[in-house]
Amino acid sequence: MNVLIRIKRYDPERDSKPYWDEFRVEADPIDRLLDALNTIKWTMDGTLTYRRSCAHGVCGSDAMRINGRNRLACKVLMRDVGNKVTIEPMLGFAVIRDLVVDMEPFFEKYKSVKPYLINYDNEPGTERLQSSEERAIFDEGTKCILCGACTGSCPSIWGNPDWVGPAAIVNAHRFIFDSRDQAGAERLNILAKRDGVWRCRTIFNCSDACPRGIPVTDLIEQVKRTIVYNDPKGV
Amino acid sequence: MYYKFDVVIVGAGGAGLMAAMQLPNASVAVLTKVYPTRSHTGAAQGGVAAALGNVEEDHWKWHMYDTVKGGDYLVDQPAAEVLAREAIDAVYELEHRGLPFNRTPDGRIDQRRFGGHTRNYGEGPVRRACYAADRTGHMILQTMYQNAVKNQVRFFSEYLVLDLLMNDGQACGVVAFEIRTGEIHTFHAKAVLFATGGYGRAWRVTSNAFACMGDGMAIAYRRGIPLEDMEMYQFHPTGIYKVGVLLSEAARGEGGKLLNGKGEYFMERYMPTLKDLAPRDIVSRCIIQEIKDGNGVDGKDYVYLDVRHLGAEKIAEKLPDITDFARNYLGVEPITEPVPIQPTAHYAMGGVPTDIDARVVIDAQWTPLPGFYAAGEVACVSVHGANRLGTNSLVDLIVFGRRAGKHMAKFIAENDHATLPDEPEAYSRELVDHLYSSKGGESAANIRSTMQNEMDDKVFVERTESGLRKALDSIAGLQAAYSNVQLQDKGKRYNTEIVEAIELGFLLDCAEATIHGGLARQESRGAHFRIDYPKRDDANWLKHTLAFKGEKAHDVRLDYKDVILIDDPIFKPKERKY
Repeated sequence: MNVLIRIKRYDPERDSKPYWDEFRVEADPIDRLLDALNTIKWTMDGTLTYRRSCAHGVCGSDAMRINGRNRLACKVLMRDVGNKVTIEPMLGFAVIRDLVVDMEPFFEKYKSVKPYLINYDNEPGTERLQSSEERAIFDEGTKCILCGACTGSCPSIWGNPDWVGPAAIVNAHRFIFDSRDQAGAERLNILAKRDGVWRCRTIFNCSDACPRGIPVTDLIEQVKRTIVYNDPKGV
Repeated sequence: MYYKFDVVIVGAGGAGLMAAMQLPNASVAVLTKVYPTRSHTGAAQGGVAAALGNVEEDHWKWHMYDTVKGGDYLVDQPAAEVLAREAIDAVYELEHRGLPFNRTPDGRIDQRRFGGHTRNYGEGPVRRACYAADRTGHMILQTMYQNAVKNQVRFFSEYLVLDLLMNDGQACGVVAFEIRTGEIHTFHAKAVLFATGGYGRAWRVTSNAFACMGDGMAIAYRRGIPLEDMEMYQFHPTGIYKVGVLLSEAARGEGGKLLNGKGEYFMERYMPTLKDLAPRDIVSRCIIQEIKDGNGVDGKDYVYLDVRHLGAEKIAEKLPDITDFARNYLGVEPITEPVPIQPTAHYAMGGVPTDIDARVVIDAQWTPLPGFYAAGEVACVSVHGANRLGTNSLVDLIVFGRRAGKHMAKFIAENDHATLPDEPEAYSRELVDHLYSSKGGESAANIRSTMQNEMDDKVFVERTESGLRKALDSIAGLQAAYSNVQLQDKGKRYNTEIVEAIELGFLLDCAEATIHGGLARQESRGAHFRIDYPKRDDANWLKHTLAFKGEKAHDVRLDYKDVILIDDPIFKPKERKY
């Protein structure tokens, strides 16, 4: 199939402002959109700039705005985009060049919620015990690959760049509800503040954007309910 | 810029981060060309082996035996002992650091079967692989990164390392290219760890990420350090047809089977005891044999992986990611349809030679290069010998990453910074300036593509002398073309074209060493199968290849060192049967 690919380009070294560039690519319907980007870079324009690594949706490098929605370019197939596709860098992030955005603020927000296990007890000689039911409570959040697709899809982030954002809350949730962790209250205090969970307006863009199928909005709601009712199922 | 640290770790996958965890009181920099959580450790799926014995009887010595036998006896046996013994504590360490393993009904770490892992020295499969669904590597990487955040490890993300600095027989740092700015920086250190992973992108059909370009191996090789056993390259049996994305061996560990075009579960015919759970080199060869015998699907070069009989519930619980891959990339529904697969380039058993403390050793006499360490896929300890068992890559990362960290902690306490060599950045600046200024007209993408086709065609599961010779000639021609690579992108800011061109140089070096080792080794052992020498030959070839770089592709010098055996009859080399 022949596909017209429109890409928003911007190299601050050369360009005074972003512009649209167009390429025509011959592609197989089951090629990934990433394959088409590679075809452009390797045979048409070596200056096209984007991130990629694993090419099968587990490393989180190639999140971008594809036909208006944040997706991983390696998980979108050509047959699903049709004969014309528009690609932009994710919104809510500063553009470094073309489709590459500045991920540093994203990772700083992630770090702010203490995204690591905190347990003050002495370590046992073998594993800590945990039931399958206890583990299931936080399973969804463990799938996160920190690609930024959720955070970059969130209108609340577009309006308030200081907001902690959905990805950080997902990673806080992953530890708040881990039976082995002892610092849930610390994280809930962080997330109860002005730039914590309350800027989430349950728009569900994040859940739609997540390439790992994490019900992001639901997890944020569980954190909210726990702050108010001390119970993720609270009403 | 000039930076000074006690330790510089290159690579932020499992091995690099595990090492960083052992150095809480040192000044440590972790340099990584992708963000840490993008590292290829995250793509590992099935599990990490350790003889915990949580679900059935198991012993580290059985694990050691399987590792040695799985490696077709090219394994250094004391290293395999370290691997199997220390896997147990290392897995508990991961759990203590927060890794969400799947659990048994009594709350312990659950374990599943995996290829080549057996009870009681080969009697039958054993449940040894600790796992977190089919994203175990992802969970290891996330857990290690979380702990690095906790310990405030200093990361230099999107820095591509170009050179290893040495002075007076000692490692003293690295030179790196900052991708975002195009600037070159010197990192002065007492100890340097390479944890840079493999070079699977030398092949077209590969499970490996675009980042797996052989950086660390090539950099060491260019500095006169040999590469060990590079001909031992693993082709995983079950890559998605044409795409190469991996469908974990966990699928077969949970009961999945290989099916040929005639509807026959053919592994039973070849390996009556372990069947589909025989080691990967054997299963890949059986698939190729089936295809040669006309038993591929529709006469083509693929067969099926069949998990239909496991049922929707078990598939959803135990194998969610890989079923998604099949749906997404093939449009195949594994619950109701078998999945087309073919062998895919997957893992380097060889690499930078090290001892069991991850210290790099530079010759057949095991002479260490003080201050230089390597761990993970970039290294060759050698615990994988001629064929790695499934799950043992993650074991390798955590066990030898940990040992590297602990040994470096001792080393930096006892040693000062060695003086930097004169003009430490000269080599790197020349490399980069040459690429920026070259008007030779060659395309890096074309060279890479030609190399990948040659490697797929001639340096694959089955090899011959004439094929390898042709491949070497091709690589020599491609290296000549490489010196004339011309960039379209002359910008400094986030120039990924120059990054890809630099990486292509690394890949060509790794390919060269691989072919040389394979040409010389006139026997079939593990992953290295020579049609013209189909038998293993312990009398002449129970030894490790060391390839030293020469001026050009044909000038590689080979040396050999003995495999280290231990005095125990159970580990004496014998024919491999499953």
